[in-house]
Amino acid sequence: MARVFWCILIRDLTLAMRRRTDVLTTLFFFVIVVSLFPLGVGTERKILEILGPGVVWVAALLASMLALERLFAADYEDGTLEQMLLTAQPLSLLVLAKISAHWILTGLPLVLIAPLVGMQYHLTGTAIWVMMLALLLGTPILSLIGAIGAALTLGLRGGGILLSLLILPLYIPVLVYGAGAVEVSRIDLMDVQPYLMLLGAFFLIALILAPLASSAALRISLE
Amino acid sequence: MSLNWFKLASPASFYPVAGRLVPLFWILTVGLLLLGFYWGFFQTPDQLGGSNAQKEYYRIIFIHVPAAWMSMWLYMVIVGWAAIGLVFNTRLSFMMANAVAPTGAIFTFLALWTGAFWGRTSWGTYWDWDPRLTSELVLFFLYIGYIALHSAIDDTRRADRASGLLAIVGLVMVPVIYWSINCPDPTQCAALHQRSDLTRIDGNILFSMLIMTLGFWMYSFATSFMRLRGIILTREAESAWVRELLSQENPK
Amino acid sequence: MSDFFSQGGYAFFVWGAYGMVVVLLLIEILQLRSQRRTILARLGRLTRMPGTRTSDFGATE
Repeated sequence: MARVFWCILIRDLTLAMRRRTDVLTTLFFFVIVVSLFPLGVGTERKILEILGPGVVWVAALLASMLALERLFAADYEDGTLEQMLLTAQPLSLLVLAKISAHWILTGLPLVLIAPLVGMQYHLTGTAIWVMMLALLLGTPILSLIGAIGAALTLGLRGGGILLSLLILPLYIPVLVYGAGAVEVSRIDLMDVQPYLMLLGAFFLIALILAPLASSAALRISLE
Repeated sequence: MSLNWFKLASPASFYPVAGRLVPLFWILTVGLLLLGFYWGFFQTPDQLGGSNAQKEYYRIIFIHVPAAWMSMWLYMVIVGWAAIGLVFNTRLSFMMANAVAPTGAIFTFLALWTGAFWGRTSWGTYWDWDPRLTSELVLFFLYIGYIALHSAIDDTRRADRASGLLAIVGLVMVPVIYWSINCPDPTQCAALHQRSDLTRIDGNILFSMLIMTLGFWMYSFATSFMRLRGIILTREAESAWVRELLSQENPK
Repeated sequence: MSDFFSQGGYAFFVWGAYGMVVVLLLIEILQLRSQRRTILARLGRLTRMPGTRTSDFGATE
């Protein structure tokens, strides 16, 4: 079981490394969206400190959603996905491996670049650490939930915009607690704990349910 | 008398049944809505004076609460039919789910709209990021997503099953979303809406509210069955019974 | 009578709420009626044409 998981994971990462621009596009989308907000709302330090966490999280939501379209698309087009459905391995395991690879390529870079955008918004050192931790827990949830939408809209005309319509409302809990954690860390670092624990709980639940739902969705889409 | 329920599960035999039921539901709808309207506007004026005086705008409650209840109930109905369809592979249940969705979306919008008008008078604002308002808005997005996904997929079977699965995923997420909006700070929760306690509501108001809810419910039956008949006709256009039906002078 | 319509000064809000309900429900009913007529007309045309299958004409909802 573990071997199959690694096999798919390494394969997806290798394939992605042959087209590095895809990864960089997501990352730069995130950076650009975050950088545009101060130009729109003004560069006053106070405003930016308040807006910062929310803006970063909304940008992370949009960035990870944009990348979702590609999650199954390439394998769908060349028929690999259909072969995966026929293998003796549980489909949800294969899907989980694909989601993991997707997160390493699109979610993890956001976590790593968070200090940079945090400084744009004058966040303090501790707030930045909290933001990285929250993103580390939250972005996998985005990939997991998003995979369901990606599987449902597989191969549809205008799938990308439809995907956002389906998935963005489901991202609300992650947004609320992810941004909330950073916000309360400005007052008292101890207050952060319940937020992170909730995010962790969401992550574990999503880890169990989302691959099952996505593989059911894939079976429906490929029937 | 034994009625064969499984026979009703086939679109061909349910089509005429739905057709016969539609007028009945319309009569019930009109009767109940008129009664509820009359009761709400003319049998509850004592609410305007007294110790706990209400202003006239409380009359919005007679459509606001029923619309909100129906919006949630109809989503449950969609999920229920979709689940039955996914498990038992019955065509009619997916058609049922599709027929209900637009009516549900309309009631969700109406709950938001009437809520805004009521909120302006009692809270002084059309919109507030109150948990119930926000989750009703999210419910509206879920309805739109369901309808959009279904109409984006050309293959009917895939469309049915995909949007059904989406509805179920949505239902799983709704409590989480509601809770996250309700308690943005996990250590303390606050809400603008007062807690609902039906026993504390005046009997006359409760009566007309429930009558209006029943009226909206019957309305949902009527419109869903009308839409269902349209869906059955389009999907079964190939079959012999539809052709026979259409060859009649005045198709029922 | 005018008392009834003025709703104690809250006419805009009470009738604005009720009005939207009436408008939307009426629109839905009218849309359903016209949809039914369209479906019957299209299917009727297709059945009168011998030797054609309705799916050839891309019958969708």
